[in-house]
Amino acid sequence: MDISLQQVGYSYAKGTPFEKRALFEVNASIESGSYTAVIGHTGSGKSTLLLHLNGLLKPTEGVVRIGNVSITADTKAKELKEIRRNVGIVFQFPEHQLFEETVEKDIMFGPMNFGVPAEEARQRAHELIKLLGLPEDVAQKSPFDLSGGQMRRVAIAGVLAFKPSILILDEPTAGLDPRGRKEIMELFNKLHKEEGLTTILVTHSMEDAAMYADQVLVMHEGRSVIVGTPEEVFADAERLKSFRLGLPRSVAFQRDFEKLIGRPLGRLALTEGQLASSIAAALKEEGER
Amino acid sequence: MKEILSLDHVSYTYESEDGESRKAIDDVSFTVWDGEWIAIVGHNGSGKSTLAKMMIGLLFPEEGSVNVFLEKLDAENIWDIRSRIGIVFQNPDNQFVGSTVQDDVAFALENNGVPFEQMVPRVHESLAQVNMAGFLDHEPHHLSGGQKQRVAIAGALAMQPKLLILDEATSMLDPQGRDEVIKVVDDLKRTTGLTVISITHDLEEVLLADKVIVMNDGKLMLTGKPEEIFAHGEELEAIGLDLPFASRLSRYLRQAGVEIQGEHTTEEELVNELWTSHFNK
Repeated sequence: MDISLQQVGYSYAKGTPFEKRALFEVNASIESGSYTAVIGHTGSGKSTLLLHLNGLLKPTEGVVRIGNVSITADTKAKELKEIRRNVGIVFQFPEHQLFEETVEKDIMFGPMNFGVPAEEARQRAHELIKLLGLPEDVAQKSPFDLSGGQMRRVAIAGVLAFKPSILILDEPTAGLDPRGRKEIMELFNKLHKEEGLTTILVTHSMEDAAMYADQVLVMHEGRSVIVGTPEEVFADAERLKSFRLGLPRSVAFQRDFEKLIGRPLGRLALTEGQLASSIAAALKEEGER
Repeated sequence: MKEILSLDHVSYTYESEDGESRKAIDDVSFTVWDGEWIAIVGHNGSGKSTLAKMMIGLLFPEEGSVNVFLEKLDAENIWDIRSRIGIVFQNPDNQFVGSTVQDDVAFALENNGVPFEQMVPRVHESLAQVNMAGFLDHEPHHLSGGQKQRVAIAGALAMQPKLLILDEATSMLDPQGRDEVIKVVDDLKRTTGLTVISITHDLEEVLLADKVIVMNDGKLMLTGKPEEIFAHGEELEAIGLDLPFASRLSRYLRQAGVEIQGEHTTEEELVNELWTSHFNK
């Protein structure tokens, strides 16, 4: 399902003395099956934008189009149901939303709400427990008896359970340890590819944006200021700096190294592996001179 | 050197409802000296948080002893000892009680009956130490995560603690907030000589520490200076910890056939190494 945002604006508490404008003329298009990273400083409007992508907020100006449904200020709540069925959001610290008596019931809640029969929902819950690398015996445990990392996985399973075709991730690894972060990011990458999902990742990690995304959307003070490939977006350090954003570490190191040898390395190193091979090649050339 | 805190052969076992027991801490001993910055690292479930709870007497060890300010921690002296320890927890939204920044920082002082004339300067001074002096009358919920955590540190400093414990205090912050908090702690340590124990996943924080303690499955696996610890790259990765960017890149470079002398934990050192060994001949 393609997503497009056209001149999207949003004001909190519109029409009251507390009115606060959070989004201005946001434009972006997200192709079906693509992986988009949304980056921006705290308060840039990332989270407000995300809430528009499954109709939790309706734009006060402009149009959000998800598949063939258009959402404007006048769209009725009833018309949003179809969208919610297709768009899964993993909020920040999703484990705060766990509530059922057992892990199995918690994961089954979403699909059953959308009318999936109990047996099928149960089967999906068990598949997801496996897919997320949780021990089989957690199914009958209370989610509140699990470790933080396990609770996070159960909460993610609850979102995946109703098989969304668009998956929105709001800082899904915040607060996890390094191994947990890597496992979860790899899992989303695998799902993205195998299930053909449209993935939208809101992140503070320039490294994750560089490594996983096909497209990067930069938000600043409520506006969409850059949309491009990671290579395009991270090539311009000065511009990013003006939006209070840094470079991925590999690109920052590449720049330092280029200063040292006095010439550019060619392509932008979006991962540590790419960086190492560019540096090795450059050193070899220097050696042959 | 004066001892601030020590653990002497400490063990602790959790009993869960279904009768399974799990040894969270297994025969751990170490000493923290006055003015040191200690980083305790380990994956989730390695026993780090249990250690933190024992240091402030929320849990008592089953075996061995926890000694704070040279006294063995017990149910009798815990209140007195706690009043000399500052602690900042992970979630910036869970540790506010005051309706303004200054009320919040004054909370512990009020609770401990500090006279008003002393309270005012102490609140101002603590907030100045964390670069939040201009926020006296701000409402906490309007602050950013990094600002909230700095106010929480100010609240701890107002009690003039001898020891500051940070329990994953930066893990829920954005990169800027994390940098703000780390900078404040670094400044405090250098200007006041405060002893800091930081339980963390953050490598930048680990690199600033004087000493690192690596926990794995309830045991103390390694202890030493940051560069000594990161020389054990593969062992650390095997237990789910991360390495500094420069260490990871060094490994990729070696795999690509680039010769690198020694171990480098910062980008600056690694760039310098590439310069000296490949160009400056």
